[in-house]
Amino acid sequence: MKKVFGRPLSMKNNPFHYCAGCGHSTAHRLIAEVIDELGIRDITIGLPPAGCAVLAYNYFDVDMIEAQHGRGPATATGLKRILPDRIIFSYQGDGDLAAIGTAESFHAANRGENITVIFINNAVYGMTGGQMAPTSTLGQKTTTSPTGRNTTLDGYPIMMSDVLAMLPGTAYIERCTVTTPANIIKAKKAIRKAFQYQIDGEGFSMVEILSPCPTNWKMSPVEACRWIDEVMTKQFPLGVIKDRPAQEKKREQKGN
Amino acid sequence: MKGYIVIDKELCKECHLCIQACKYGLIVPSREYNSKGYRPVSFKDGEGKCVGCALCGVACPEIAIEVYRE
Repeated sequence: MKKVFGRPLSMKNNPFHYCAGCGHSTAHRLIAEVIDELGIRDITIGLPPAGCAVLAYNYFDVDMIEAQHGRGPATATGLKRILPDRIIFSYQGDGDLAAIGTAESFHAANRGENITVIFINNAVYGMTGGQMAPTSTLGQKTTTSPTGRNTTLDGYPIMMSDVLAMLPGTAYIERCTVTTPANIIKAKKAIRKAFQYQIDGEGFSMVEILSPCPTNWKMSPVEACRWIDEVMTKQFPLGVIKDRPAQEKKREQKGN
Repeated sequence: MKGYIVIDKELCKECHLCIQACKYGLIVPSREYNSKGYRPVSFKDGEGKCVGCALCGVACPEIAIEVYRE
């Protein structure tokens, strides 16, 4: 009998502090697996966010540097410019990327910085107790919107991936989720592609992962996964939003 | 028997996503507690149905499942 699945090498042997059924742990594992497969463990630098994943440096066996709240893409820009041969990834939640760090994310994407951003979207502020985030869906009940999010008072959920896809600087943006094994395998492919584009020097790549937060949604882990599949994907449709290198390749082939 | 899995009882957090993932229903909830107060799932494969597809391992957020195959 041969071992076919286990802990990736780029993952330390620490148990996760995340709640049962949290999407962060799965996302961590996928990134570690991709780093192993691409053989970039020695040259990768990660940036954990402020939020539940603030302790991500306890789990990844690669170099990690903590950025200020929301300033992951700005710190990543600096790192990439002084160390262009390193692979830089910024791991951010929705409160980090879409709320406090909107300016940094937007302008890093607009400059087309050659970095990879992993955007974990769980539709609430997880670490602080489940308050409404910019990405909360319409009608969603959170601790600061007990009657459900309404547009008059709270506006509309921000679709960060679609916004960034409008910018000419971005190379690759995909939205995926980690609810079922099939979706997890798709998410891994997306992360792998994002890292590959950074290695090829294509520019800004981002993978948005819809992640279950059973504790703050007040559901069981299985119900939380079902809620993503049934409700959240209506607001945030899955799929490739932008893939500039692939489009250019197609255009070249047509031209020939 | 084509495959088997090993569940790390101390890492399991009782989210039961692996139970949903297993097509043969070989992973079942159990009543014993671990040191953190969770009741880890257990692997019951009396008839040797496990094929080592690793879907449970892929679904497990805690990396508590190791999969072995022939």
